[in-house]
Amino acid sequence: MSPVITITLPPPPFCEREALRYAGCGTAEEETRQAILACYTAIQDELIYKVCYRELPVKITGQVCDFDTFSVTSQNLADTLAGCNAILLMAATVGVGLDRYIARFGRISPSRALLFQAIGTERIEALCDAFCQQYSQQNQVGLRPRFSPGYGDLPLETQRQIFALLDCPRQLGLCLNDSLLMSPSKSVTAIVGITAQSVTEHHKCKRCQNTACPFRSNV
Amino acid sequence: MNFREFLQQHIVYLDGGMGTLLQQQGLTPGEQPERWNITHPEVITAIQRRYYDAGSHVVCTNTFGANRLKFSEAELEQIVKAAIENAAKARATSSGQQEKFIALDIGPSGKLLKPLGDLDFEAAVELFAHTVRLGVRYGIDLIVIETMNDAYETKAALLAAKENSDLPVLVTNAYGEDGKLMTGADPAAMVALLEGMGADALGANCSLGPKQLIPVAEELLRLASVPVILKPNAGLPRSENGKTVFDVTAEEFAGEMASLIAKGVRVAGGCCGTTPAYIQALTANTKETIPVPVTDKGLTVVSSYTHAVSFGDAPILIGERINPTGKKRFKQALLEQDMDYLLSEGVNQQEKGVHILDVNVGLPDIDEVTMLTNSVCELQAIIDLPLQIDTADVTAMEAALRHYNGKAMINSVNGKQASMEAVFPLVKKYGGVVVALTLDEEGIPSTADGRVKIAQRILKTAAAYGIPKKDIIFDTLAMTVSADPAAANTTLEALRRIKYELGCHTSLGVSNVSFGLPNRDAVNGTFFALALANGLSAAIMNPYSADMMKTYYTYCALTGLDENCAAYIRTADRYIAAPQAPAPVTGGSAVEDTLSALQQAIIKGLKDKAADLTRALLATLPPLDIVNGDIIPALNTVGIGFENKTVYLPQLLMSAEAAKSAFACIKNHIAGSGEPSAHRGVFILATVHGDIHDIGKNIVKLLLENYGFQVIDLGKDVPPEKVVEAVQQHHAPLAGLSALMTTTVPAMEETIRLLKQQTPWCKVVVGGAVLTQDYADKIGADHYAKDAMEAVRYAETIMRNFAEKT
Repeated sequence: MSPVITITLPPPPFCEREALRYAGCGTAEEETRQAILACYTAIQDELIYKVCYRELPVKITGQVCDFDTFSVTSQNLADTLAGCNAILLMAATVGVGLDRYIARFGRISPSRALLFQAIGTERIEALCDAFCQQYSQQNQVGLRPRFSPGYGDLPLETQRQIFALLDCPRQLGLCLNDSLLMSPSKSVTAIVGITAQSVTEHHKCKRCQNTACPFRSNV
Repeated sequence: MNFREFLQQHIVYLDGGMGTLLQQQGLTPGEQPERWNITHPEVITAIQRRYYDAGSHVVCTNTFGANRLKFSEAELEQIVKAAIENAAKARATSSGQQEKFIALDIGPSGKLLKPLGDLDFEAAVELFAHTVRLGVRYGIDLIVIETMNDAYETKAALLAAKENSDLPVLVTNAYGEDGKLMTGADPAAMVALLEGMGADALGANCSLGPKQLIPVAEELLRLASVPVILKPNAGLPRSENGKTVFDVTAEEFAGEMASLIAKGVRVAGGCCGTTPAYIQALTANTKETIPVPVTDKGLTVVSSYTHAVSFGDAPILIGERINPTGKKRFKQALLEQDMDYLLSEGVNQQEKGVHILDVNVGLPDIDEVTMLTNSVCELQAIIDLPLQIDTADVTAMEAALRHYNGKAMINSVNGKQASMEAVFPLVKKYGGVVVALTLDEEGIPSTADGRVKIAQRILKTAAAYGIPKKDIIFDTLAMTVSADPAAANTTLEALRRIKYELGCHTSLGVSNVSFGLPNRDAVNGTFFALALANGLSAAIMNPYSADMMKTYYTYCALTGLDENCAAYIRTADRYIAAPQAPAPVTGGSAVEDTLSALQQAIIKGLKDKAADLTRALLATLPPLDIVNGDIIPALNTVGIGFENKTVYLPQLLMSAEAAKSAFACIKNHIAGSGEPSAHRGVFILATVHGDIHDIGKNIVKLLLENYGFQVIDLGKDVPPEKVVEAVQQHHAPLAGLSALMTTTVPAMEETIRLLKQQTPWCKVVVGGAVLTQDYADKIGADHYAKDAMEAVRYAETIMRNFAEKT
C-alpha cells in the first residue's frame, strides 16, 4: 500500500470576494473590504499550507464503498465514486495560528474574529483546490469532487478511520476531538475519487443537497 | 552503570525506527503497532536485538501510542508489560558489548490540549502518568518522551514522568521546516520549559532528515545547559512501486550525524525510515569521537508557548496593569468575573510593546486559586507573551504554575525563611524565574549593604533547593522618595552591587518611588533611566506612561541596543505630547444632519472616534442621556438595517464594537462616580459541551451587552451542570446555547433537559450552524434564533415579561 505523503504547498492566491462571501457579505462596503484585507495581511505569515494523503483502492458494491483497510456505507459517496478504482484519502490544514487569532479577536473584537474565520474558510478551500489541481496534473488523472465525512449520508464517524489511516496528528499536527470536530479548526479531510480521464470540472455546490445553505453559490 | 552517570560521560546512541520496520513485516495501515508486543513478540524482540547489536545504548519499548485513550486499562497493562519483556529479552540476547538500557517510550496522545483542542491539561497529565506508572512497575531504566509537537502536551508528559518516577527523562520534540513545533514553540521556548522542569536531556526527533534539522540542532546546542538529543528521520518518504522508501541512505545519515555530534550533540539515534543499518553506520562513524562537554549557558530565560524572553541584553518591560491595586474599574471587573476586561488589559499592553505581562488578581473577596488559574489560561489562549505569576497565595501560585504553558516568571519570594520554604519547591518543580525581594523577617534594610546580604542568603538557600542563580532576579525595592530622600539612592546602590558583585539580574517595581508626588510619571521616567544605568534588567511598569516608554526607547538607542535607532525612530512621534484636539461634538454633512456625531461614528463602526465623542459628551451630559439619546438609536438603525438585509454581519459587528467602546467610557465614568451600573437582566451564555467553536456565541454576547443585558459568558465546551449552576446562582430568566456540529447537539439537548428540570423559570434560546427550527423544537428549546439580532429581540421580549411577572 502507498505510504502517507505530507507536503507543504505554496500559498494559493487569496480570493477576497470568496472570503467576503463566507463572512456573510453579498456586496461589501469599502470599510469591510479594507478590514478583511488588513486581517489577511496580519495573518498571512501565521498560515501553513500542509496536506497529507495516500492512495487507496476502492470497490463499490451498492452503497458499500470498500477501501480495502476499511469500508463505509454511503449512497452519496458511492454515487460520487462510481466508476473509480482508486481514491485519494487526504487531510489538509492551515494550522493553529488562525485559531489563535480567531480566539484572540473573539474576545476583543468579534467583527474581526468573523473576518479571520471567513479568511480561514477561504484559505482551507483554496488549499484543497490547489492540492487537487496539482495532484491531478502531476499524475495525469482526473479527480472527482472532494467528499468529506458529514456530507450527505457519509457518517461523521468516518473521521476516525481517516485519522487512523493518515496519522494526521503526526503528519499535520491535526487532531480529532471527541465530538469529531478537528483542531486546528480550519482543516479538511476528504475522500476523492481518482479517474482516468483528465480533470473534469465539478462545481462544489452543485451536488450538495443542502439547498437552504446561505453559502450556496448559484451556478 | 546508572543512566544519568553514563549520560554525563558518553555519547549515547539511541535506537532507530520501529513503525516503518513493522510495516515491512505486515503491520497494516491503521493497525495499532503496540498490540504487536502481544501478538508478535518475537518480531519486536528481533528488531530491538538488532538495534542493540548495532550499538544502541538505549532501546525504546514499542509503546509510542500506549495510553488510555487508545487501549482499555487491562489491555494497556498487558501491552506495557509485554513491551518491556520484549526489550529485556532483546537486551539479554544481544551480542553488543556496550552498556544497554531500556527506555519507556512515550509518544503524543494524538489529541490537542485545550484551548486549541479538547483534552484537558490535567487529563493529559493523568493519561501519561498511567503509562509511566506501568513502566515503573515492570522495570525500565529511563523514560523517553518523543515526537511531541505541542509545548503544553510536552509539559504534561514531563510532569507525569517527574511526579511518578525518579528515573532520567529524555525529551524530544518534532520541529517542522520552519524550525518550530506545530503549535508554534521555537527551540528557545522548549529549552526554557524543559530545562526549567528538569529534563535530563532534550532535543529533536522525527519530521525531517538530519540535514534539515541542522538549524534546530545548532540553536539547541547554543541554548541548552543539558545534553542535546537528535533523532532525525531518514529524510522524506516517497512511494516506489507501492513501497515506502526514504531518501537518505545509512551512510549519508551517519555522515550528517557525525558532524553534528562533533558540534556537541550528545544523544543520537534515528526515527522514521532508519533501521539497524543506520545505527550501525552511525556508531561506526563516531566511535573515535570525543564527547563535547555540556556547559551551563547561564541564561536567564522565561517563555510562553511560542517564544522565550531572555534577560541580559535590552531591558525587559513587564506590564503591571493586570492588577486591582488602586484600580476601581479593575476591581469591579474581577468581582463581576468580567474576563474580557482583564484580557483587553493584556492585549493593550502587548500592543504598547511590553515583553512580559504581570498577572495579579488578588482581592479579599475572591477565590484567588481559581481566578488566577483561569486568568492565566484565558490570557494564554489569546496572548503569546510570557506571564509573571504575581501572588502572595502559595496555593494559587502552584495552581497557576502548573497550568502555565511555558516557563513562567514568578512574583515573588523574599528573604523570610517561610517564604523561601514555600516558594522554592514550586520553582524547582515547575521551573520558573523567580523575583526575590531583598527583605526578610526584620523588614527592608535601610542600607544597600543589608539588602545585598539578604540577596546572598536567598541565593544560598535557593542553591540548597537545586535552583541556580540564573533563575533568580532580585528586586531591591523602590521606596518612596518623598518619605526618605535617601530611598532612591539606596535602591540603586543595592541594584548595582547585586548586578556586578553577585552577577544576578534585577527587576524593580519602578513607580513606588514617586508615591505622594505630583506628576508621578516624570519622576518614574527619570528613576527608570537611573536604574537602567545602574544595571537594571527588567522593570514592572505602566506601558501607558509616555515617560516610561520614552526612557526605554531612548535608553536602548543611546546604549547601542537599538540598531540604527530603528525602534526609537519608529515610535518617536507616539510619545510627543500632541495638543489635544477637541472632539467635534456636533456637525456632519447635510444629509446626516439628523444624526449626532456619536450616532454617525457608531453606525460607521469607528471605535476610537465613538469613545472620544462619548468622553467629550460625558463632561456635560448625564450618562443615561447619552445612552438613550445616541447609542441606542444608532444601534437600532444598524440592527434594523441588518434585519432588512441592507447591512451585512461584519458591518453590524463593527457598529456594535463602536457602541461597546462608547459604553466602556460610560462604565468607566460610572465606576469613578460610585453610581451602581444598571442592566436589563441577566443572560447566561454558553457553547455546549464538546464544542470548541465560539465565534457565534461571542457575536451574540457583544450585541446583548450593547442592548443593556448583563451577559454571564461561561465560555465554550461547557458541561450541562455548569449552565444550570449559573442560571440558579443568578436566577437568570434566559440562557443561550450554541452548537456547531450534529455531534454536539446531544449535549445541547441534555443541557436543555437539565435546565427545564432544575430551573423551570429559565427560557432557553439556541443557535448555531447545525440548528434549524425543527431541530430546536425537537430538543426542547424555547426559541431558535437564526442570527444574533434575533437572539437580542427574543431577549427583549422575555426580559419584559419577566420584569412584569416579578
